[in-house]
Amino acid sequence: MKNGFKDKLSERVFLALALSSISAIALITVFIVIQGAPIIGKVGLRDFIFGMTWAPSQGKFGIFPMIIGSLSVTLGAVVLGVPVGICGAVFLAEFAPAAVRNLFRPAIQLLAGIPSVVYGFWGLIFIVPFIRDNLGGPGLSILAGSIVLAIMILPTIITISEVQILALPRQYKEGALALGMTHWQAIYSVQLPAAKSGIVAAVVLGIGRAMGETMAVIMVLGNAPGIPTSILDPVRTLTTNIGIEMGYAAGDHRQALFATGIVLFVIIMILNITAQFITRKK
Amino acid sequence: MKISARTSEKIAKTLIWTAAVFVLAVLMFIILYILVKGLPVINWGFLTQVPRSMGREGGVSSTIVGTLMVTSVAVLIAAPFGIGTAFYLAEYTKGGFITRVIRFSAESLAGIPSIVYGLFGFIFFVIYLDLGWSVLSGGLTLAFMILPTIIRTSEEAIRSVPKIYREVSFSLSATKTQTIFKVVLPSALRGIANGIILSIGRCIAETAAVMLTAGSALRMSRSLFDPTRTMAVHFYILAVEGISMENAYGTAALLIIIIFLINVVANTLVNRFVR
Repeated sequence: MKNGFKDKLSERVFLALALSSISAIALITVFIVIQGAPIIGKVGLRDFIFGMTWAPSQGKFGIFPMIIGSLSVTLGAVVLGVPVGICGAVFLAEFAPAAVRNLFRPAIQLLAGIPSVVYGFWGLIFIVPFIRDNLGGPGLSILAGSIVLAIMILPTIITISEVQILALPRQYKEGALALGMTHWQAIYSVQLPAAKSGIVAAVVLGIGRAMGETMAVIMVLGNAPGIPTSILDPVRTLTTNIGIEMGYAAGDHRQALFATGIVLFVIIMILNITAQFITRKK
Repeated sequence: MKISARTSEKIAKTLIWTAAVFVLAVLMFIILYILVKGLPVINWGFLTQVPRSMGREGGVSSTIVGTLMVTSVAVLIAAPFGIGTAFYLAEYTKGGFITRVIRFSAESLAGIPSIVYGLFGFIFFVIYLDLGWSVLSGGLTLAFMILPTIIRTSEEAIRSVPKIYREVSFSLSATKTQTIFKVVLPSALRGIANGIILSIGRCIAETAAVMLTAGSALRMSRSLFDPTRTMAVHFYILAVEGISMENAYGTAALLIIIIFLINVVANTLVNRFVR
């Protein structure tokens, strides 16, 4: 009797802990929306999202250049990072000798753990001057941001894709090899297609990471709030807009930064839900 | 022209090896470059002196203390909630609506960018709860941020405890609560500790969220209500404002060494855990 009561009590306690944990997401949503929504109402949703001018001192809050900035830098990171990441995953799952794998895995883990500002700094002292001297432009550019972000999303893509490839039933590979395929044919025409949904989810999560990164890209993007015309132009992203101006913003200006946060939040939630949906469908 | 299976095998293998070597080389290059420039800066004085003239001179002791304080608050708050949630997910639910909501929220929380945590922490802790830029605001914000990591790693650890342990415990007429606290928790402890250590690493590495909530004061913090500056924020400010490249390298090297040690400890725990 007494034990039964204790069991009930502990279940309730665990449930209460779980419910308070998840209320975090509600709390975050509510507070950011409350702060950001009024200015969107004032400026108008269309003018806020498609407005071309960001001039807080003149009361102009258009974030279209930042949306383009985020999209272009993220696209660049995906183009550079995803092929390398998938190769890395295939390498770890299929080709790496045990000794190499035991070096590679912790290295990827370290790559994931290093503060993002360190990557930004490295980009600033290496990538930026390299681009300026060899390709022209100010160096602080979409290209520099894409390179730094491509490196930063590698751990996400490599670890998740590797797990997906390793999780496939052995028979897939063995069957393919038994049919006389080479190792690469088995990977390319059997294993990768079978692990496709997991790899896509990895890429979507990588996109989310690239889109959400702030401090590293502040250091290498140049942060000019205009529409870029080439990958050598500086840009400002949604995240860097918040990161740079939050320190001194007040009033409408601060609200507009929260509104930028809402747009970022919505994009990231769509990406998250897509990734969850893809992995669950399996 | 059709490439033979053998040739394409060779090409693919070469490409994949190249990609892997490239990834390792880039990582090594970044780390070694920072260490070569930064290690000579680190000495006893660098670790124990407070920064002087904005960080141009002196050491980084107050930022080490700030990092420790903010991280401790985050972990002490997040761990009970995260581990409790993990136990609920792994031991009590049988699927169903609540489980789906919890899992969905935890996964969504994991994807939210740190700058959004920073915005939230700023408006909720700094302004609304009137805690100001402080160790407490920063730590609480980071607690939100590391919660999903602790939930996921703890749940995995709890699920990897063999079913037979629980069955034996029940057959000895232990209650569910006794089984969880006396059998499952001790067996899952290494895995849970691993998740917490990784979360500590995330707190130490974080910049955006702490900068907006803990501030960037260089004075040594004496209480939870004082503003503070963590090592990562210090490094960022030194580098971006060009205050002192030398001290920036030193701080970065210190951060890399700490993250490296954290990974080593975490891996040792997991490897023994898997056995």
